[in-house]
Amino acid sequence: MLAIVGLLGYGLLKKNPASLQIGQRAPDRTLPTLAGGSSGDIADYRGRWVLVNLWASWCVPCRQESPALETFYRAERTHDFTVLGVDSQDLSDDGMRFVHEFGVTYPQLHDGPGDLGHSYGTLGYPESFLVDPKGHIALIRRGAVTADYLQSTVRPLIDRKAAAS
Amino acid sequence: MIARRAAVLVALAALLLPSVASAAPKPKTNLATIEGEVMCTICGTLLELADSPQANQERDFIRAKIAKGETEQQIKDDLVAQYGPRVLALPPASGFDLSAYLVPVIAFVAAAVAIGVGVRRWRRNSSDDDPPQALEPAQSDRLDADIARYDL
Repeated sequence: MLAIVGLLGYGLLKKNPASLQIGQRAPDRTLPTLAGGSSGDIADYRGRWVLVNLWASWCVPCRQESPALETFYRAERTHDFTVLGVDSQDLSDDGMRFVHEFGVTYPQLHDGPGDLGHSYGTLGYPESFLVDPKGHIALIRRGAVTADYLQSTVRPLIDRKAAAS
Repeated sequence: MIARRAAVLVALAALLLPSVASAAPKPKTNLATIEGEVMCTICGTLLELADSPQANQERDFIRAKIAKGETEQQIKDDLVAQYGPRVLALPPASGFDLSAYLVPVIAFVAAAVAIGVGVRRWRRNSSDDDPPQALEPAQSDRLDADIARYDL
């Protein structure tokens, strides 16, 4: 009986990770690149701001936010900043079609099982998490980003770092 | 001469049979069958019960694999390669997931043993009870008298 209760408890804990807090270390996981052939993780970008964007090709809001993300990436990538897309719970071929369709140029990882999203307590797609140069969570965005959000909320943080250095 | 012809015929038959067998139509992989054995990973339900963009993507993927002539197992392997092992409705019988198969068996055996021990103990206790003793003649007379007094 104790074993059964223990297993049920383990299952519940596994399904409901503690909610993510700003300031805590960003969960990380080595994942294959979306194009295949190599792998990567958030730690590869240590020393830079990383906007981790969890998305999927079947997700309509992901399609809507993609142009704004790409524009922001192109404008800010010289300022120790990158967007890191994580194609989640999606077919890699469909993900690649999405990347080509929207002309996405920022790096992309593939997380078919959605494990990284699970460790971020993801409720749906898209979601974005700004990770500071030391690997801590600086912003959490549940839902699509907009050009206005990127300019008014993300950019000041990146600029603050650029001004300090 | 006849024996030689028979041997040639047997050899020819042996050569032809495998090709005839392989030409026989294979059982066609069925979307409905696979839908009942894999999950919509976003919805957390069987694919056959799911109606979401991700579920539809999964169905299209399965249809394309069926059209290519893949077997049910090959399609499941492809799904696992894309979505991970959680896409399977039945977890693999290895590692921690093995507990999904072992726990019900262990629980059933433990319950059967507990019931068996309980029944055995109950039967032993009931057989240990003293059988009802007959009344003494004086007590029997007194009981009859009491009953007769209340007889209406």
